[in-house]
Amino acid sequence: MDLIKIRDVKKTYKTGTTAIYDLDLNIKKGEFVFIIGSTGCGKSTLIKMLYREEKPSSGKILVGGLDVGKIKNRKVYKLRRKIGVVFQNYQLLPNETAYENVAFALEVLGLPKDEIHAKVMKVLDLVGLKNKAKQYPRHLSGGEQQRVAIARAIVNGPKILICDEPTGNLDPKTSMEIMEVLEAINELGTTIIMVTHDINIVKKMKKRVVLLDSGRVVRDYKEGEYK
Amino acid sequence: MKAFRILSRNIRDSFKSVFRNFSLSLASISCITITLIVVAVAIILSINVTNFTKIVERDVTIVAFLDVDITEEEKDDVYDQIIALDNIEMSNVEFIDKMEISKDMMASSDVFNSIMGEWTREESPIQDTYQIKVTDINLINKTAEEIKDIENVEIVKYGEGMVEQLVSVFDAVRKGTYVVVIALILVTAFLIANTIKITIMSRKREIEIMRLVGASNINIKIPFIFEGLILGMLGSVIPIVITLYGYTAIYDHFGGQLFTNFIQLVEPTPFIYYTSLALLLIGMIVGMIGSSRAVKKYLKI
Repeated sequence: MDLIKIRDVKKTYKTGTTAIYDLDLNIKKGEFVFIIGSTGCGKSTLIKMLYREEKPSSGKILVGGLDVGKIKNRKVYKLRRKIGVVFQNYQLLPNETAYENVAFALEVLGLPKDEIHAKVMKVLDLVGLKNKAKQYPRHLSGGEQQRVAIARAIVNGPKILICDEPTGNLDPKTSMEIMEVLEAINELGTTIIMVTHDINIVKKMKKRVVLLDSGRVVRDYKEGEYK
Repeated sequence: MKAFRILSRNIRDSFKSVFRNFSLSLASISCITITLIVVAVAIILSINVTNFTKIVERDVTIVAFLDVDITEEEKDDVYDQIIALDNIEMSNVEFIDKMEISKDMMASSDVFNSIMGEWTREESPIQDTYQIKVTDINLINKTAEEIKDIENVEIVKYGEGMVEQLVSVFDAVRKGTYVVVIALILVTAFLIANTIKITIMSRKREIEIMRLVGASNINIKIPFIFEGLILGMLGSVIPIVITLYGYTAIYDHFGGQLFTNFIQLVEPTPFIYYTSLALLLIGMIVGMIGSSRAVKKYLKI
C-alpha cells in the first residue's frame, strides 16, 4: 500500500529556478528510502514538499491520503502531526532540557501530563537517552542532540519520519549509531525517508535508494541493489 | 479540558519566555515605558487644555439690557421668553437689578459715588439686566439675536467678534491637542510593535520548531500574544505610577491652579484613574497586536 504518492510534480521557486521536474514516486508503508544526489539536485525541495514547507507548483502529492498541495496554511499542523521531521542541525530549543524538548511535541497536542511523561520516557529509552532527560542540549554531544531530535519527531507516533541529512554533522561512528536508531524505528512500522550525502551509510544500510539529478529521478534502486 | 490544558500551558510559557529572554523583554518594557510616559504627559496636558478652554467658554455671558421704564410684569415676561429658548437653561439666567449695579459702581469709585448717590430708582439711567450663560457657545450669536428680538430688551451684548474668535481659537487648540495625542499613541503603537517584533524575530527558530511538531497557528500565536500583553502591562507600570502620584503631587503643589486662578487644573480624582486605565489598555493592546503581527510573519508559507 502506497503511503506517499507523487505525481507529475514540478516545483519552480519565485526566483524562477525550477528545482523539481515532472517527478513521479511511490513510497510504501513501512519502507526505508534514501534520497541521494548531488547538491542542488532537488532532494531538500522534494522532502520539504512532503511536510508542506514548500508547495508544488504543479502535480499532486498525496501523503496518507492527504493532498499536501491543497492543504491550507492554517491546516498544515494536521499534516505535521502525522509526520516527524529531523534536521542536520537538530533544531532543538536550547533553553529546554532533552525531556522538555521531546515533551513539547505532545504539549502542543494538549495531552495530559502523565501521558506526556510516559510517552517521552518511552521514546527517550528507545533512542538510548533515558538517563540524560534532564540535560540541556548544550551539555549533550552532537549524536545525543540528534537522538533527542529523533525522539521528538517520533514521540506522537507519526506514520512517516523525514530525515534531512541527520548525520551531516556527525562522525562516522556516531552516524552509524543514529542509523541504528532509525532502523529500529523503521522496524516498529514507521516509514522513513532520508536525504543524505553519505554514500557509505547508504551502502551499508542496503535499503531502497532514489537517485535524483537536476530535479528528476534518474534511478530507483530496490533494497540491496545500490552498491 | 484539552483546550484548557493548552491555554494554561500557553500562559505558563508566556511568563517563562518573558523571564527567559530577559534582556529582550527588558528592551521591550523600557521602550513601552518611555513611550507611554510621553503619552501620559500628552494626555494630561490635552485634558487640562480642554478643561481650561471649557471653563473660559462657560464664563462667556450674554447681557440683556432691559428698557429703562420696564415694569415688574414685563421683566417676568422677558425672563419666561429667555428660558424658553433652546440654548438656555433656567439656572443660567440671572437677573441683576439696576440698583445693585449702581451700588457696585459706587463702591468702585468716589466719582460714581457722588453722582449716582443722588439718583432714585426712577431717575437712574442704568438698566436692569439679565445675565445669561448659553449651553452651546457655538450658537451664542443666534441666541443673542433671539434675545434681542424679545420685547422690552433694548440691547444685547456678549463681546461679539471676540467671543467667536475665542471659540474658534479654542476649538483649534482642542483639535490640535487631540491630534497630538492620537499621533503620539500611533507612534507609540508603532514603536512598541516594532520592538516586540524584534524580540520575536529572534525567536524565529522557536516558532519554526513549534510548526514542525504540529502546533496549530493559533497555538503558536497565543503564547506570543500573551507575552506581548505581559510586556505591555509591565511597561505601563511606571507611566501609571507617574500619572497617579506625579499628577497628584503637581496638583497639590500648585493648589489646583496654574499661576493664576484663571487656569484651573483638572481634579486628580477620577481623572488619574481613567488616564492610568487608558495607559494600561494602550500598553496591553499594542503589545498584543505587535506580537501577533510579528508571529504572523512566520506562519505564512
